[in-house]
Amino acid sequence: MHPAKSVIYFTVATGAGYGLMGWLAVFGVLGLVPADHAFGIAAFGLAFFLIVSGLLSSTGHLGRPERAWRALSQWRSSWLSREGVLAILSFGPTGLYALAWVLLGQNSGLVGIIGLVGAGLCMMTVFATSMIYASLKTIPGWSNRWVSIGYLVMSLMSGSVLMLVLQSTFTVGASGLIIKIAIFFLALGGIIKLLYWHSLSTLPARSTATTATGLGGLGANGQVRMVESPHSEDNFLLKEMGYKIARKHAHALKRLALVLGFIIPMALVATLAVLAPEYSLPVSLLAMVFVALGLATERWLFFAEAKHVVTLYYGETEI
Amino acid sequence: MDANPFATLKEDVDLSPEVADEVKCTTCYMCACRCGIRVHLKDGKIRYIEGNPDHPVNQGVLCAKGSAGIMQQYSPAKLKKPLLRTGERGSGEFREIEWDEALVLATNWLGEVRECDPGKLAFFTGRDQSQSFTGWWATQYGTHNFAAHGGFCSVNMAAGGLYTLGGAFWEFGEPDWDLTKYFMLFGVAEDHDSNPIKIGLGKLKTRGEAKFVAVNPSRNGYNAIADEWVGVRPGTDGLFIFAIIHELLRAEKIDFASLARYSNAPWLVIDEPGQPDHGLFLRDAKGNPLVWDLVRKKAINANLADITPAFAGARTVKKRNVIPSFELLAKRYLDDEFSPDAVAEITGIPATTIRRIAAELAHVAFEEEVVIEREWTDAWGRKHDKMIGRPVSFHAMRGISAHSNGFHTCRALHILQVLLGSVDVPGGWRYKAPFPKPVPPGVRPAGPAKKPGDTLTGPPLGFIKSPDDLIVDENGAPQRIDKAFSWEHPLSLHGMMHMVLHNAANADPYKVDVLFMYMANMAWNSSMNVQGTLDYFTAKDESGAYKIPKIIYSDAFWSETVPYCDLILPDTTYLERWDCISMLDRPISSAHGAGDAIRQPVLTPEGDVRPFADVLLDLGHRLGLQGMSKKDGNPQYPGGYVDYMVNHERVAGSGIGPLAGWRGKDGGEQGRGEPNPDQIVRYIENDCFWTQDLAPEQLYFKPVNQSYLNHAVMMGWIGHADPVIFQLYNEDLQKFRLAAQGHGQRQPPHQHRDRIETYFDPLPIWYMPFEEAEVDCKQYPLHALSQRPMHMYHSWGSQNAWLRQITSSNKLHIHVDTAGALGIKDGDWVWIESRHGRVKGAVKLITGVNPQTVWTWNAIGKRKGAWNLSEAAPEANKGFLLNHIISEVLAPGKNGQRYSNSDPVTGQAAWFDLRVKISKCAPAEAGATEPVFERFPQSPGATPAPGVSRYGASLKGAPTGKKANTRGWVGNRHENSLGITGLADGKGNTIKGGET
Amino acid sequence: MTSLPQNPSKVKLGLVIDLDICVGCHACAVNCKEWNTSGTMAPLTDMDPYGAQPDGVWFNRVHTYEAVDEAAGTSRTVHFPRSCLHCDDAPCVTVCPTGASYKREDDGIVLINTDICIGCKLCSWACPYGAREYDEDEGVMKKCTLCIDKIYNENLPVESRVPACVSTCPTGARSFGDLGDPQSDVSKLVAARGGYALMPEQGTAPVNRYLPPRPKKLGERHAPRMLEHHDDSADGAGLLARWVDKVLSA
Ligand SMILES: Nc1nc2c(c(=O)[nH]1)N[C@H]1C(S)=C(S)[C@@H](COP(=O)(O)OP(=O)(O)OC[C@H]3O[C@@H](n4cnc5c(=O)[nH]c(N)nc54)[C@H](O)[C@@H]3O)O[C@H]1N2
Ligand SMILES: Nc1nc2c(c(=O)[nH]1)N[C@H]1C(S)=C(S)[C@@H](COP(=O)(O)OP(=O)(O)OC[C@H]3O[C@@H](n4cnc5c(=O)[nH]c(N)nc54)[C@H](O)[C@@H]3O)O[C@H]1N2
Ligand code: SF4
Ligand code: SF4
Ligand code: SF4
Ligand code: SF4
Ligand code: SF4
Ligand SMILES: [Mo]
Repeated sequence: MHPAKSVIYFTVATGAGYGLMGWLAVFGVLGLVPADHAFGIAAFGLAFFLIVSGLLSSTGHLGRPERAWRALSQWRSSWLSREGVLAILSFGPTGLYALAWVLLGQNSGLVGIIGLVGAGLCMMTVFATSMIYASLKTIPGWSNRWVSIGYLVMSLMSGSVLMLVLQSTFTVGASGLIIKIAIFFLALGGIIKLLYWHSLSTLPARSTATTATGLGGLGANGQVRMVESPHSEDNFLLKEMGYKIARKHAHALKRLALVLGFIIPMALVATLAVLAPEYSLPVSLLAMVFVALGLATERWLFFAEAKHVVTLYYGETEI
Repeated sequence: MDANPFATLKEDVDLSPEVADEVKCTTCYMCACRCGIRVHLKDGKIRYIEGNPDHPVNQGVLCAKGSAGIMQQYSPAKLKKPLLRTGERGSGEFREIEWDEALVLATNWLGEVRECDPGKLAFFTGRDQSQSFTGWWATQYGTHNFAAHGGFCSVNMAAGGLYTLGGAFWEFGEPDWDLTKYFMLFGVAEDHDSNPIKIGLGKLKTRGEAKFVAVNPSRNGYNAIADEWVGVRPGTDGLFIFAIIHELLRAEKIDFASLARYSNAPWLVIDEPGQPDHGLFLRDAKGNPLVWDLVRKKAINANLADITPAFAGARTVKKRNVIPSFELLAKRYLDDEFSPDAVAEITGIPATTIRRIAAELAHVAFEEEVVIEREWTDAWGRKHDKMIGRPVSFHAMRGISAHSNGFHTCRALHILQVLLGSVDVPGGWRYKAPFPKPVPPGVRPAGPAKKPGDTLTGPPLGFIKSPDDLIVDENGAPQRIDKAFSWEHPLSLHGMMHMVLHNAANADPYKVDVLFMYMANMAWNSSMNVQGTLDYFTAKDESGAYKIPKIIYSDAFWSETVPYCDLILPDTTYLERWDCISMLDRPISSAHGAGDAIRQPVLTPEGDVRPFADVLLDLGHRLGLQGMSKKDGNPQYPGGYVDYMVNHERVAGSGIGPLAGWRGKDGGEQGRGEPNPDQIVRYIENDCFWTQDLAPEQLYFKPVNQSYLNHAVMMGWIGHADPVIFQLYNEDLQKFRLAAQGHGQRQPPHQHRDRIETYFDPLPIWYMPFEEAEVDCKQYPLHALSQRPMHMYHSWGSQNAWLRQITSSNKLHIHVDTAGALGIKDGDWVWIESRHGRVKGAVKLITGVNPQTVWTWNAIGKRKGAWNLSEAAPEANKGFLLNHIISEVLAPGKNGQRYSNSDPVTGQAAWFDLRVKISKCAPAEAGATEPVFERFPQSPGATPAPGVSRYGASLKGAPTGKKANTRGWVGNRHENSLGITGLADGKGNTIKGGET
Repeated sequence: MTSLPQNPSKVKLGLVIDLDICVGCHACAVNCKEWNTSGTMAPLTDMDPYGAQPDGVWFNRVHTYEAVDEAAGTSRTVHFPRSCLHCDDAPCVTVCPTGASYKREDDGIVLINTDICIGCKLCSWACPYGAREYDEDEGVMKKCTLCIDKIYNENLPVESRVPACVSTCPTGARSFGDLGDPQSDVSKLVAARGGYALMPEQGTAPVNRYLPPRPKKLGERHAPRMLEHHDDSADGAGLLARWVDKVLSA
């Protein structure tokens, strides 16, 4: 699949924003961070910025962004629609929670419940996003059980690193816990990614050029090859779905994603436990940058590596 | 309002929008197939073009090209105004001029030539569908240097057929699609009969009973759906056919009864080597050929009704040694030289396959006869109570004809048909009116006009029967600029357009003053040796003047040729003019009956353009040509071409004119009759065509069917009702051979003698195609072919926004094994090199091709800037032409003479003789084709090509809110119903009342 | 309500394509374009139509495949037109966030309301068959309409009320009708010829059917035996001698 920048940004940014939103509620409710005014402004500002800019960026992928509002109507059947509805719904409680935190200085108790509802909606939004991909049978690399888990974990993971950055900046609350959480999610994220990639490589082909054309019966060991394309130049299908990445490059990029997005941040975060507090801001910031790079690479691969069964009509033999 | 973002908006799609303001019928000309179309017009633009279901040619279907007519009409490459060259030839610099100036200039140029030496006008009309008109114009003007594109197209096919059967394949005949049980298709990718062949194959395959064998080095298109694909090596079909004949002879599976009646097989040939009439038929005093009658035990007139002829045996008749021509034929092909084993290797067809196919043919022909219980009477007055058919049929086109041995191969195939008794019989191959004609037809080509101002004594093209008919001077030198009808290519019935530029620039045999061309892209895809041809266009003499002094050209588009000409007469498109698809040219007849058609203007011409036919008549009048100007100086056809279509008569008072339908004062006559002022109206009322069904008893055995022959005479198709006898052994060819052996008044100049003697064999021979024989086949191990894409018409499809999306660049198709051995992978760029030059292109690996053959799509490669395509168009950067590496001449012979790269008998261009070697190009060379020629500027006054085309957006019909019943439609014809119980029969099947 | 019809009628209009006789001529593709460029989803925009990368909206595209059996050393060339299959379980409909993509209750035709499509392209991701065509110029998705504005159109003569690709197909490889009715002509055709669905494993339940290329005919009925030679000499002289006095034409 064509890895569109807008969509990569959208999934990474909203994932991190929603993850952060989730941690804010959890930490708030559990009283692990006080309802600090400055911290609140920064944290919610960051979360909302990521979410809103992500959502806006996703409309950049639309042919008719001015009609984007129409995407809300089919929540009964469409994950994209559900995602939109959930995103909007989540703004209510998360907004209220943010207001309470920032204006009223409250983040637990009754307010906390609102926060938790918001966090739930945030996670549901992330889940809905993941289901847009995971529900596509046409792309076996996506209709995979690790996809949704991955999206959720990656969201919480990047959110936890952001949380860490924020805590380091404002030195509020107990940073020990968030360090453990971040390490846990970074490890979990890496493992899930590895499991996902492993499952991709062991995935049996669901469709083949033979099932796509039904021409397998013409020979006992039927193999179907395209010898003439319907058009000499690439068309929409090939531009959108015919994206190909060499196996060699994919391997290199996977390693890169793993190192950048998971291993290095994990190491950096781990050092925080022993480093002097003045290092925690630069180190956590660095970890955040690595996570962003890693996730962008991971997400790019998520698209670039995904093969669509329609390419079976254009020369692929099995997918 | 639909403002609620959560509400589902339900579209109420309009099921019955308005479609058109008007629907006009006319005839398609996106190719030469002549299909009937209905053009739906809305706001003066084309909304939709569909096939006319009532039209006999296409029966409602429309091919990809025809369906893309809209984009032809709105092509940005359309010429808009007459052009006069201002820069050098080839620079593309022109000045737009008014028609008045253009016509005065043309009249002056043409007038000067006509006053001095009218033969110095070379008038060549390319893809013309109206040669009876353009040829007539040449006759009236007085130039014998006229021809159309047939010489480089498929004249071998035409000559092979007309000199054997009095009819030919092309679109002049067709298999009996409904009854045939075995169909063999030789060397066809698309053909002129595009839609009829597709309709036919669909029928035949759906019927399921017949077997379809495709003989072709390549397995694409039609060949892909064949039951058996015979991947013959190019240029060797003749041997394959001989081997089949060998098998049939050995097994005596020959339709002797039919041969006795309808062919010259039993005719007695003089067998006295060295005598001036050796090899000619022995004739009686009245000129009748003779046969040896086994019952009467004497030689009798072969044309008598009840003969029992001998097919073999040397005898002495009238003191002459004679043998039946069949014996000569049998002797030749019975020889082991032509056994399946002997030809297997060279043809690439296993001997067992050849034997099996011969056995299949024999089985179907002789054990599976088709019998129609219908009486008919033959030309001798014998009544037959039924029509018995041998249901094997054949069709062939350029795959066998575009080789330098094609004439003989085509004849071989027709002879096979005759031996099997399958010509014009139920289930066989059938003629379309006006064929069959005498073998060969009676028209002889006219030579130069006696003196300036004279008309020619007849049409410039015709059929040569003996050396006496050649257009050569007293020294035997060619008198035509293309050297057609000369000793170099005696039977070049269609002329040799491919040699005109070469000869004119080399003043060989002489210079011309004006070259006048119409509808032929000679500076590109219809020439061999493109670079050389461009040089001929621009060649100058010592004084700096162009060797071809003046070139007038009519095109409708900014083709590669326009920039090389001096005066451009912009034509309309096919939707903007009157045209005539006449019985005198290439009509729309089928085996079921005759038909002709017209084109009517359905749109007003865009730009200041004029139909070429109108312009020709206008020029004719300005020049004062007979038949185009009245005595009082007024034009003969003031109404232009449509006036001519109605009022012209071939011979004054003959009642035969361009259109055969609704003739006579009241329109009640067909074929012959006085001009009818209402004729065009009647055509338009009848969707722009006329057809006439043959009576049931006339449908088969036409060459010898009394009722048919009488009808054909009445209609003016043939001069007399004599039976048409198949000429297996061709005496006319023998006359040339005798001349070469030193007999007769007119003998070939010394240097041509061997050639004439070798290739004018009265029975088909096979020889290695010239290029293959001349080159080192180890050096050039592969055959290179081009094929027509079904969705493109030569060069003119690439300006079409829709068609070019399908194919905007071509690849070289090569067998995976062949490529593997050369280390070539799919998509690699390779040099394709012939002895003449090299061209670069990308490859596509396939398995459905003869491993010794590579092929590519024809005419996809374009010159930069031509057709107003952008400079970066794939056509000019990735697409390539094989024409660059095909030479128009052969290697110099012993005598130093360089003959045209053509068939030695007919002058057919030998496109498919090309031999090449393939090598992977250097990495830095990959990705772009070569050679690339200098870019042309855009045509003067060109509308800029749009970056986005939204054609149709404004033509969307207004809703009417109605809804009609829809209907099921199965397979477009009734054949499906034959094998499936309960399936509705008939085209379009049932209308499903009530179903919504 | 969900996006697939809840009370679908039994009528399932669709196409049947006979791969045994399709010659790959592209007539269906171009005629489709021609009709539909002024049809319900007008126009079928062409980008860069005279330039380096011409790429337009087509509802029907024709491929050519070789089905190769390397073990047996055989192969066949098959032409293969591809357009919307009007799936019963159309994923392109259920993924659509706007409801622009829908399946008609009356006849099962899958359409796009281009007035509300937001061009998210999700439906094109969901369709296994590449039947969705994005109009880059308008920013909306388009697709085969089964010529809905032709098959029901009162302004057209009866014989034209069939999909453009069907009536134009020169070989007659395309049929059209109600595949929901086992008694319809198309259903009988499919049954008789073993018509099949593409990629059934995708669970889309396509309505359109493809008829498989039939087995090749080699010999069998057409030549029960090889020809018997009546003379085996190198030049066949024996036969010629035999024919000298023989009445062969009786
Ligand atoms: N390598 C190779 N070369 C070949 C062949 C091959 O098989 N292989 N085939 C050969 C054969 S058989 C043929 S017939 C030739 C065909 O080659 P051409 O005879 O050159 O045919 P086209 O390319 O169709 O171009 C004819 C010209 O007619 C112009 N034209 C189109 N419509 C109109 C109109 O309405 N009015 C006027 N006045 N002009 C119009 C076009 O713009 C174009 O310039 O190619 C030959 N060349
Ligand atoms: N769509 C479309 N239709 C056209 C045209 C067009 O340009 N486009 N052009 C028209 C014109 S001008 C013409 S002349 C006709 C030509 O109609 P065709 O004769 O059908 O055209 P070609 O493409 O030349 O096809 C030649 C075929 O012969 C095969 N072949 C080559 N060499 C041999 C051989 O030695 N033996 C055998 N058995 N086969 C061989 C090639 O593989 C190819 O399939 O088509 C007409 N119709
Ligand atoms: S075959 Fe196609 S292009 Fe040729 S006349 Fe018929 S419809 Fe037109
Ligand atoms: S029109 Fe018919 S024969 Fe031609 S490609 Fe389409 S389905 Fe095949
Ligand atoms: S073929 Fe594709 S676009 Fe058509 S209904 Fe099925 S899934 Fe939808
Ligand atoms: S592109 Fe349009 S039709 Fe397709 S899913 Fe998106 S909104 Fe629906
Ligand atoms: S049914 Fe109509 S819209 Fe669909 S492919 Fe055929 S012609 Fe095109
Ligand atoms: Mo031709």
